Amino acid sequence: MTTDESTVDTNGVHTIERQSLRTRLLTANTFWIGLVLLGLVIVFSVLAPDAFPTVFTAQTLLIETAVLLVLAVGMTFVIITGGIDLSVGSVLIFAGMVSAKTMEAMSPNGNALNAGWDVILVGLVVAIAGGTAWGFLNGFLIAVAKIPPLIVTLGTLGAALGAASLINNGSDIRTVPTELRNTLGYGTSFGGIPNLVLVAVVITAVAAWLLHTTRFGRHTYAVGSNAEAARRSGIGVTRHLTLVYLLTGLLAGVAGFMSLAYYGSTTISAHATDNLNAIAAVVMGGTSLFGGIGSVLGTVIGVFIPAVLKKGFNIVGVQDFWQMIAVGAVLIAAVWFDQQRRRARNRL
Amino acid sequence: MSETANEPLLEASELTKSYGSVEALRGASFEVRAGEVVALIGDNGAGKSTLVKCLSGVEQQDSGEIFFEGERVRMDTPTAARKLGIETVYQDLAVAPELDPAANLFLGRELRLPGFLGRLGMLDKRAMRKRASQEFARLGVTLQSIDVPIGSLSGGQRQSVAVARSVVWASKVVFMDEPTAALGVVQRERVLNVIRKVRDQGMAVVLISHNMPEVLAVADRVEVLRLGKRVARFTAADATLEDLVGAMTGALTQEDAA
Ligand SMILES: Nc1ncnc2c1ncn2[C@@H]1O[C@H](COP(=O)(O)OP(=O)(O)O)[C@@H](O)[C@H]1O
Ligand SMILES: [Mg+2]
Repeated sequence: MTTDESTVDTNGVHTIERQSLRTRLLTANTFWIGLVLLGLVIVFSVLAPDAFPTVFTAQTLLIETAVLLVLAVGMTFVIITGGIDLSVGSVLIFAGMVSAKTMEAMSPNGNALNAGWDVILVGLVVAIAGGTAWGFLNGFLIAVAKIPPLIVTLGTLGAALGAASLINNGSDIRTVPTELRNTLGYGTSFGGIPNLVLVAVVITAVAAWLLHTTRFGRHTYAVGSNAEAARRSGIGVTRHLTLVYLLTGLLAGVAGFMSLAYYGSTTISAHATDNLNAIAAVVMGGTSLFGGIGSVLGTVIGVFIPAVLKKGFNIVGVQDFWQMIAVGAVLIAAVWFDQQRRRARNRL
Repeated sequence: MSETANEPLLEASELTKSYGSVEALRGASFEVRAGEVVALIGDNGAGKSTLVKCLSGVEQQDSGEIFFEGERVRMDTPTAARKLGIETVYQDLAVAPELDPAANLFLGRELRLPGFLGRLGMLDKRAMRKRASQEFARLGVTLQSIDVPIGSLSGGQRQSVAVARSVVWASKVVFMDEPTAALGVVQRERVLNVIRKVRDQGMAVVLISHNMPEVLAVADRVEVLRLGKRVARFTAADATLEDLVGAMTGALTQEDAA
């Protein structure tokens, strides 16, 4: 592009310019997938002007995606390192289960419905600790024992679900504190914004900050781009990979607690495809399965594309099954674009 | 050569290194002094890259010793070598293709913002870009823009960035494993000039190259590796092309070289 030239700055030192904003925009995957989302919103708004572009639809859309968003944000870090985490759904269930069980154990007659904030806070800590523990196990096996992430997290996918089921003999726990459900689960703040959504937004914003502006984020990209180069540059690759999986486990723990607050149950059977949904969202958002490329904003868009499709199809009366087909197509197209771009670019 | 150049700055003594059943180094010795360019030459598979990796902490020798400024040192990690002021351009480059040239220059040495935000780990991207663009300009690395992924650059540009990264951070020794292999005539000349400049600042430069005229043009001394062992040493001014080729192929050996 015409603006990409070197210039001489005021001190007479030759400097090299950045690309123009326009070039940077047009070459960003996020930009194109964002246009897809915008297009979907416009199409459904035109097709159902009374039902789709409403506050109610927006609220339910946001609430229904909040938990998945937290999982997908963690998954973004993992996939940028060139890894994968299949265990997030099971870890979510495990975290919810140990949390609910702990809150029951702290309540009279094992019924946590009337538990207060002291019990709820302990429940939160236990959920986070439970998720973090699985994340650490994943990270250790992948980074230290050098077992491929697909295998490790396939293993912990089963193990975490099995462990969660053992805790309550395979059945769900349903005595979730009413106080928790009324606040985090259904409460709203700032004139109608669901608290569940607020939590997800804060987590997403912090994660975006971490990934895009800090050294931790930079090293995450470096490890995914070329782990050996990162190692030779003095980056502690083993430690960093462990931390990334730990972070993803921690977020799955938080998601488990959010899920508990929203559904009022541990919902053992409802998260079998959470892992695939999270991976699909991340990849649709332009994060490369080969590592080294990706963004949190892309993941946010990638989470909303299936959700908007589903809601839109429901409202205009198209069968749900079409949503699955459409999401599948978008996903494959996104990966195809990523591969094309790499082929065009890496002239090694 | 300067007066301080009689003591070796970095010295390897009888290094051995095996990869499974392949003996890459079989008692290789090597030395380089401050303010000199040493060319390390040898046929493919002679063990040059392996020797460089051992001396820059990327690999650990099975036996043998390494001395830096006369003291025995252990190069357990790349960080240990970097702390001694040793930087390396690896033959396989070891850059992060998805990151831009500035990010690659500062890989593992990222600048952080001053104050509280920096302590939180926030990067000073603007300062890194500025410094990078100045260093690249100073070293004659021509890039269209400072924020394209390095994987989209030409092989020559990528190699120039790797060379720049090593000389920007080195304070004592620079290893360059075939730094000119992918370069055109102009870029090659630039790299050779950078090598001379770095040498004149008093640093030691170790150049691996298969280009004999290039070796004779820039090197002060030549050490020859063959089948994992040093087989000959020359002062570049006294050596001929035939000497070098003879030593590499085994036609010529020096008794005292090993
Ligand atoms: N990582 C490795 N694994 C197995 N064998 C290796 C490895 N690195 C080098 N070798 C072997 O060691 C020998 C020396 O290699 P190298 O040091 O790269 O030689 P040179 O750089 O002189 O061409 C070769 O036979 C090579 O195949
Ligand atoms: Mg080599």
